[in-house]
Amino acid sequence: MALLEVRDLHVFYGNIEALKGISLDAEEGEIVAILGGNGAGKTTTLRTISGLLRPRTGTVTFQGRNIVGVAAHAIVGLGLGHVPEGRRIFTILSVEENLNLGAYLIRSQGALLRARKAAVYQLFPRLAERKHQLAGTLSGGEQQMLAIGRALMSDPKVLMLDEPSLGLSPLLARSVLKTVREVANDGTTVLLVEQNARQALAIADRAYVIETGRIVLEGKASILATDERVQKAYLGGFEAMTSA
Amino acid sequence: MGAFLQYTVIGLTVGSFYALVALGYTIVYGIIRLINFAQGDLSMVGAFIGWTLLVSLGFQHLPLWLALIAAFVIPMIGTALVNLGILQFAYKPLLHKSLWAILITALGMSLFLENAALQVWGPSINAYPPSMLPSSGFSLGPVHVTFLQVALFLTSLLLMAGLYAFVHGTMIGTAMRALAVDHDAARLMGIDVDQVIRLAFVLGAMLAAASGVMIGIYYTQIQFTMGFLLGLRAFTAAVLGGIGNIPGAMVGGMLIGLLESYTAGYLSGKWETVIVFGVLIAVLVVKPTGIFGERVAERM
Ligand SMILES: Nc1ncnc2c1ncn2[C@@H]1O[C@H](COP(=O)(O)OP(=O)(O)OP(=O)(O)O)[C@@H](O)[C@H]1O
Ligand SMILES: [Mg+2]
Repeated sequence: MALLEVRDLHVFYGNIEALKGISLDAEEGEIVAILGGNGAGKTTTLRTISGLLRPRTGTVTFQGRNIVGVAAHAIVGLGLGHVPEGRRIFTILSVEENLNLGAYLIRSQGALLRARKAAVYQLFPRLAERKHQLAGTLSGGEQQMLAIGRALMSDPKVLMLDEPSLGLSPLLARSVLKTVREVANDGTTVLLVEQNARQALAIADRAYVIETGRIVLEGKASILATDERVQKAYLGGFEAMTSA
Repeated sequence: MGAFLQYTVIGLTVGSFYALVALGYTIVYGIIRLINFAQGDLSMVGAFIGWTLLVSLGFQHLPLWLALIAAFVIPMIGTALVNLGILQFAYKPLLHKSLWAILITALGMSLFLENAALQVWGPSINAYPPSMLPSSGFSLGPVHVTFLQVALFLTSLLLMAGLYAFVHGTMIGTAMRALAVDHDAARLMGIDVDQVIRLAFVLGAMLAAASGVMIGIYYTQIQFTMGFLLGLRAFTAAVLGGIGNIPGAMVGGMLIGLLESYTAGYLSGKWETVIVFGVLIAVLVVKPTGIFGERVAERM
């Protein structure tokens, strides 16, 4: 049984069915990419897994337990971290306070909290230099580092990232994705939503392609990267992706 | 000059009461964008619970320190429970509905508390024990300051400092500030958002209750209607300082107290309310974000 198993999720916004039966798996230590165009349902999938949205039907099984219906804050405690779309850092708090909140559930264990913070600062030395700065004054790339670091503070078994490279320069995007690879190498399972399909497939083990709420393709990342349909839709014409 | 300083002393004392009530508005508004119009009436409820203890139950005859602790702590707890009840039964079902529904409900809760107090404690003016604290004082040059004023002012400052330390020095306080920015992101940190909202209601009510008891001790009389104008003054203070902004509420409260005291001193007590609401309207028109600016970011 996989670490995370999503089965037949149907999610509605009012009368609109955003997910029409999504199923996917993530095994321990692998990077699973979720690709798809604007409005395909990628963000909805992640928000449903982390408990921010409730599916009408379907299950999310994490470590053998169905977590549908469990409160979002409790799901974090089970070991699912989520870096939301658009970073959503706490702009009026300092960098350090943002990181501290990432470890909210272990707030009484000061030594453990400090150790994790040290590890995050080692991963992102830029954050260490700016720890007393208000998070809202960080650059876009630094904010993304903070969002990832903040999620790592809960030491998740599964880390879900929603478009971490969005809005970053190609160089910075590569560096963020490289960091994601490092995190996975340390044993964390990663669910990676990306518009940047080429780079996502380069670091992922497996991938799913979502279109209008359904999985239309799945397989090994290396194979999908050469798949004609994927190439045409997500890798070929850059215009196709930017003409939102 | 002597008169001016004398009015200043009075203004700061009264202003510190307004500041406590204003903090309740600001804390709750900061995290759920709700103007809890019952805030002034919570202060009234606190004052009446304190009165019941001190007068009806005779706590005033206990040793002073014991009487005072009971007269602050029990009303603070009781009022917190009242505010939690309001949250649970009146606001919670509406939290994700229209803003108007919840605003009108908040006004309704204010009336509800007033009428409930009328039923429980009656319409008469109730007297706080007059001789609990020494009425003596000392002179600073031309100004006479009573020990009571000093004690009440320091108590207010202590409560405000405590609140500030809590909000800025603890993880739960940090979570409260995070909620001002983004509820879903807070959930993803493992923060139980409902629990933090409850905490905000508890803190807001406790500060209001403490101010109510202090008002009772200072003016020596209370009535079930006292919460209405108190609430509006404190609301003005919160808006003046920048609603959602904690230091803003403190400063705003002091400014409204001073303004009121100078008005009463130099013009006439009749103008107090006019001036205060003139300020409210002026702030809303000229600078709706208040002196310190609405610190809270847009949530949507
Ligand atoms: N809060 C909402 N209310 C109503 N409809 C929504 C809401 N959020 C998303 N949707 C709709 O659900 C569908 C899936 O949206 P979702 O955000 O999951 O897409 P996405 O794959 O993450 O897209 P993008 O790449 O643009 O972020 C879209 O059609 C979108 O319009
Ligand atoms: Mg999305």
